[in-house]
Amino acid sequence: MLHEKIIFAGFGGQGVISAGKLLAIAAMKEGKEVSHIPSYGAEMRGGTANCAVVIADDPIASAIVHKPTICIVLNEPSLDKFEPLIQEGGVLIYNSSKINRKPVRTDITVYEVPCNDISESNGSIRAANMAAIGALLKVKPKLASLESMNTALYEGISERNHKHNPINIKVIEEGYKFIN
Amino acid sequence: MSDKILMKGNEAAAEAAIIAGCRYYFGYPITPQNEIPEYMSKRLPEVGGTFIQAESETAAINMVFGASSTGARSMTSSSSPGISLKQEGISYLAAAQLPCVVINVSRGGPGLGNIAGSQGDYFQSTRGGGHGDYRTIVLAPYNCQELADLTLEAFDLADEYRMVVLILADGFLGQMSEPVVLPEPSGKKFNKDWAVGIGRKNKVASLILSPEDGLTKHNYVLKEVYDKVETEVRKYEEYMLDDADYLLCAYGSSARICKQAITELRNKGIKVGYFRPITLWPFPYDELLNASKGKKKILTVEMSLGQMVEDVKLAVNGSIPVDFYGIPGGMIPTPEAIIERVESYE
Repeated sequence: MLHEKIIFAGFGGQGVISAGKLLAIAAMKEGKEVSHIPSYGAEMRGGTANCAVVIADDPIASAIVHKPTICIVLNEPSLDKFEPLIQEGGVLIYNSSKINRKPVRTDITVYEVPCNDISESNGSIRAANMAAIGALLKVKPKLASLESMNTALYEGISERNHKHNPINIKVIEEGYKFIN
Repeated sequence: MSDKILMKGNEAAAEAAIIAGCRYYFGYPITPQNEIPEYMSKRLPEVGGTFIQAESETAAINMVFGASSTGARSMTSSSSPGISLKQEGISYLAAAQLPCVVINVSRGGPGLGNIAGSQGDYFQSTRGGGHGDYRTIVLAPYNCQELADLTLEAFDLADEYRMVVLILADGFLGQMSEPVVLPEPSGKKFNKDWAVGIGRKNKVASLILSPEDGLTKHNYVLKEVYDKVETEVRKYEEYMLDDADYLLCAYGSSARICKQAITELRNKGIKVGYFRPITLWPFPYDELLNASKGKKKILTVEMSLGQMVEDVKLAVNGSIPVDFYGIPGGMIPTPEAIIERVESYE
């Protein structure tokens, strides 16, 4: 049974809360149970932000994530904060473009993804979150398909930003391909 | 129409209010409920309604008083410290038997506290934060769908009994996004010949000095309504209680943590279920007493130092031991802590 507890974390402005929301919409479109809780309030652009997403086959009891099964971190403070919390046997995807140290845990599966480099080489400096999403969908294909993710990009983003979606989709695909 | 939309709890509540026919919203910003006024400021003008960002919480609740006295469906929302400021107005609305909906997306306290979800406002909500002999109906949703459904229903309850209906949510629920199927309006019609208007008599007496027992009589009029509500409005959910040895009792976000703990405890062979009050006033005393029969112990779980636990004890009246686990100040109990406590009973 699918029951993944996911934390997206990074600097405010890196799009971790949006990425989580889009993933939740994509999974919801496939009939899965989803929840999304942003960390909010004191965070601001440049500060750290994170969100907790649960995707499951069965109805979600608690949407609060104490021990994530999957962690996607886009900056180093988030790696420091969340690496110790990941459930044994869980997955860590980290943004090697912005994080200089290596993760230390040996009881989890670690994927090193240069999210900003993937984004920039596809013509945007702002789609690092999409590269991470792409990688995640390859590592955990049961969460959602690339097609559902593309639908989510149009339904979950306000219309004035739809013009960015061709690049978003390209970056997701490149992130997806990056994982072998 | 039955399409699921991923909505924040706050947005789901706001849209449900509009579906219920609420056309007047008055509020003052405070985290973590800001998406409600934000949403209302955009949506109300689209449906011919009025949104006013008041100069204070006190002003907002008194604007609700004005709108409600004309018979219009109106509401306000805030978070704990702001709800404290509204108490005087809530007491006045109760005195005048005016219907309205107040949403409290509660946060940690006392004082300015913090901005994380908390359940420290149970006493304030159920015992009347304002002065005088009055009651408010209190509804406690535990997910975004129920928050939307109960907000819709709150307007009907308010009109039916001419009472203030309080929705007690918390910061986690307000900020959380979940798939929501927006509810359909009930279509119920209510006679509002009590409403003020041109050529109508003012029904609101500001001060009842004569006859000497005038206020007493008015209090008994109110009591008659409250008695009726107590027999007619009881909502609760029972989960896996049939074969359970232990009964967890929790409302709102805490109940969800309990649900997860129940799954894990049952995997370990410990039979446990929960009783979740949905109306906090009227509290489902008789129903909880019945549910507790044959159980070994009740564990009440709250995001507070222990408030609802007093109603749980009133319900069972010493017939079964009642334990408490809680964490105050905007922290969330972990399923592990609940599991550990229940395991200690074995």
